[in-house]
Amino acid sequence: MSENVLHMDHVTMQFGGVVAVNNLTLDVNRGEIVALIGPNGAGKTTAFNCITGVYEPTNGRVDFLGKPMVENHPQGKMKKLYAGEDHGSYPKVLAPTPDRITKLGIARTFQNIRLFSALTVFENVLIAKHMRAKQNFLTATLRLNYKEEQRMRREATELLAEQDLLRLKDEVAGSLPYGLQRRLEIARALATGPQLLLLDEPAAGMNPQETLELTAFIHEIRDKYGLTVLMIEHHMDLVMEISDRIYVLDFGRCIAEGTPAEVQNNPRVIDAYLGVDEDG
Amino acid sequence: METNNKRTVLITALALLLLYALAVVLDLCIPVTSSWAMLLTVIQKGSVYALVAVSMNLLNGFTGLFSLGQAGFMLIGAYVYAMFTIPVADRMSVYQYYDGGLIQFYLPWPVALVLAGLAAALFAYLIGLPVLRLRSDYLAIATLGFAEIIRAICQWDKLGPLTNGSNVLRSYTRFSSMEIGGLSLATLAPVALASLCILLIVLLINSSYGRAFKAIREDEVAAEAMGINLFHHKQLAFCISSFFAGVGGAMLAMFASTVQAAQFKAAMTYELLLIVVIGGIGSVTGSVLASFLFIAASEWWLRGLDTGTFLGISAPGIFRSGFRLVVFSVIIMIFVLFFRRGIMGTKELPDLFRRRPKAGRKGASQ
Repeated sequence: MSENVLHMDHVTMQFGGVVAVNNLTLDVNRGEIVALIGPNGAGKTTAFNCITGVYEPTNGRVDFLGKPMVENHPQGKMKKLYAGEDHGSYPKVLAPTPDRITKLGIARTFQNIRLFSALTVFENVLIAKHMRAKQNFLTATLRLNYKEEQRMRREATELLAEQDLLRLKDEVAGSLPYGLQRRLEIARALATGPQLLLLDEPAAGMNPQETLELTAFIHEIRDKYGLTVLMIEHHMDLVMEISDRIYVLDFGRCIAEGTPAEVQNNPRVIDAYLGVDEDG
Repeated sequence: METNNKRTVLITALALLLLYALAVVLDLCIPVTSSWAMLLTVIQKGSVYALVAVSMNLLNGFTGLFSLGQAGFMLIGAYVYAMFTIPVADRMSVYQYYDGGLIQFYLPWPVALVLAGLAAALFAYLIGLPVLRLRSDYLAIATLGFAEIIRAICQWDKLGPLTNGSNVLRSYTRFSSMEIGGLSLATLAPVALASLCILLIVLLINSSYGRAFKAIREDEVAAEAMGINLFHHKQLAFCISSFFAGVGGAMLAMFASTVQAAQFKAAMTYELLLIVVIGGIGSVTGSVLASFLFIAASEWWLRGLDTGTFLGISAPGIFRSGFRLVVFSVIIMIFVLFFRRGIMGTKELPDLFRRRPKAGRKGASQ
């Protein structure tokens, strides 16, 4: 059994009376590509946001590399309102902000591309190097961090070269075509030096050809950077092709998990999401 | 960019030296009595405003935080500076209603100037603690309120031994009294100080931290996902901006002969906002240019609008006290409606000289 990278332990996220993610337990092991699928509004992105610290889960725990990273239990008004179906109790409150989680080694992309669109391609990637640089604002202002700055620039250039984006280095990010913006967003996430990469609908808005290329691309970066990948995706061709394991969410609950073949033939999944072939 | 480093440094150094030489020459050549003496005033006050406008732009234009507390931080800077640089011998006459005041020592002006900036930064830090965790709209409200409160507090009678209540502070070290071997520094000192501070701000903006600030401006969620601690970086930008506003306030005191809390009204913040908008939000060059234009217009060119005769037209009925402000309001409306990006947009001075080989291709593809 390979090492566990991400473990979500009975995570529930409730907004008011709406339980967006209900009792979700999920494991991602090193080197795996795991997909999270389900109909719109099933809570996939909410689950991502619980992992990356955008939301504090109402109940449950998230472990990263075997250590508790996020943990919470219903507090205050939520004690009465709480409608999750969790097991186990989570006495501690751990709620690091997204930047700290990124620093631990989890990078993400967004469903709607979120580049720094007025800045150049190079600057977009360079910004991701900021958090690990040994500097403070005084040394940076007085250029005493010269070596660090050089290192950041060199690493960013290398990464852009590897991602075949170097020729667009000085282009404004917002002016790139859609496919390249997606690619840049992934490159930028890679620049943070992650161990776990979360991709939120990386193939959204792509044609079949581009989707095919993306499959190869995800495999390539996984092998090259030793990544573990957790992705949300609606393109079933891509998901079935690429994933080692799949979790299926419906109304916040995990209704199935397993290999692509298992999930494809699971009647509950067909019922809730995949649909029957005859229906088209 | 790395390859041009040496050239950039050289050009900047040359430009600064030229500027300083010009300041000295102008100071020597223009007699106080000539009608061109106004030019010196414009250069001196314009430098001060340029510094404060750039500091405001650091926050509004580069970090995307909307603060309206500039006048408040300038007031703190001006007061701290003035309080510490009044010679002990003069304290009895300045603080005549408060038995010579509380502070009975004297600091050299550079120390007081730094202290002025630090005091403003400290207040910014304290305001930032609760406010910067919220959306940035709240910062505008909190800082505007703060500026008004600090003005009232400075005029408070009980603080008289420190702030001289609602009376003016005077007799402190001023630009006009600075000299080296008989050579007056009245113009060179503000120009040199302001340019040094602006240079520091530009260096910060072009550093790794500046990029982080811009990332926050562009997209907070993405910036956070890139490992940038939003609160820490916003707090940093806010404190640095306020530090330089404080220094600017102290310089305004050094330019004027007296300091009084009443002059740091919200209107001063709006003047600065006007400068930043006209110059271009996100352009240091724009802020500097607009500062000099604004000061020249308000102190010199448009003065006639308030005093009865403008461009040879004598119409005391219309051109009377306050009409200048009406014209300014019209100007800002024109800018907001038709030139939303200001004079410079987000361009800087070097961008104007740089050849852009890609511009043609980009234009063609759109």
